[in-house]
Amino acid sequence: MHHVDKAIINQLQDGIAVCDNPYLDIANQLGVSEDEILVRIQRMLDDGRLSRFGPMFHAERMGGGLTLAAMSIPENEFDAVVEKVNSFPEVAHNYERNHRLNMWFVLATETPEGVADTIKKIEFSTGYPVYNMPKQEEFYVGLRFTL
Amino acid sequence: MLVCDSLCDSSEQRSMTKKLLTDEELDRQLVLLTQAGLPLVTQPYHALAEQLGESPARIQQRFQHMLDTGRIRRIAAVPNHYKLGFTQNGMSVWQVPDEKVKALGQKIGALDFVSHCYHRPKHPPHWNYNLFAMVHGRDRAETDQQVEMISQMLGEDDLGHDVLFSTRILKKTGLRISQSAKKS
Repeated sequence: MHHVDKAIINQLQDGIAVCDNPYLDIANQLGVSEDEILVRIQRMLDDGRLSRFGPMFHAERMGGGLTLAAMSIPENEFDAVVEKVNSFPEVAHNYERNHRLNMWFVLATETPEGVADTIKKIEFSTGYPVYNMPKQEEFYVGLRFTL
Repeated sequence: MLVCDSLCDSSEQRSMTKKLLTDEELDRQLVLLTQAGLPLVTQPYHALAEQLGESPARIQQRFQHMLDTGRIRRIAAVPNHYKLGFTQNGMSVWQVPDEKVKALGQKIGALDFVSHCYHRPKHPPHWNYNLFAMVHGRDRAETDQQVEMISQMLGEDDLGHDVLFSTRILKKTGLRISQSAKKS
């Protein structure tokens, strides 16, 4: 990977300040133009090296509901259930995992009450129980991949 | 009545017709406009200001406020672990004594290879783990080593653990709120 791309990833994980020209600092540090920074960020978003660039919202503090939930789905029904679960816009991420509980998804809802509501709907739609695992306490969120 | 033909650009139209947005309404608009990402232009807050018919200073002040109050964690890039070679992303899950979850969670959360660390409820008998720690490595040997390190740190408080690896991404859209949703 190009060293400027690496530097952008390493630095932009920590966040940028709110100011008129937020990309100027990093551009100056790396001795390139702001435009080059922007083009490189866009390219990394396009090719998937970056999932996202922007404000990282804290769902609960924004007034919404958020939870992690898991289901145990028989192999032969898995794809059909995936389709049903994913059709809910509240399902933000969904992963297949190597466990008896083989489907794990994050629910993000407009209101805290929306979580229980959506879980009920998913259970009704799929016919399988949903194990709700809301966080009770957060010890750390963040990660630096140093490239 | 205000008539605005197609020659009016939308920001002009908005600034002519808009009523003053409260902070709360403006924050909501900013969330809607940036949940897919911050505009990739040299002056992103000016761009948002123009779109909303607000001053760049007020837009920046609202973002700063949301950062200060923790509603925005940070304005940052989110790298894709997989694409960057961290192909092993394990959800390590631990059964630890309930009364010790907090102290142990803080210890585990401080490890530099742990990205998320949470206390979550058990669902016995289906699920007996109450502490979750996401670990990331370039290969399975690296994550095995990380899990072993956590196990040693927990010592006798490790009443059982497992590591769940994702075998398929079924959906990844990020958190979205919809335009039509309630206006509070």
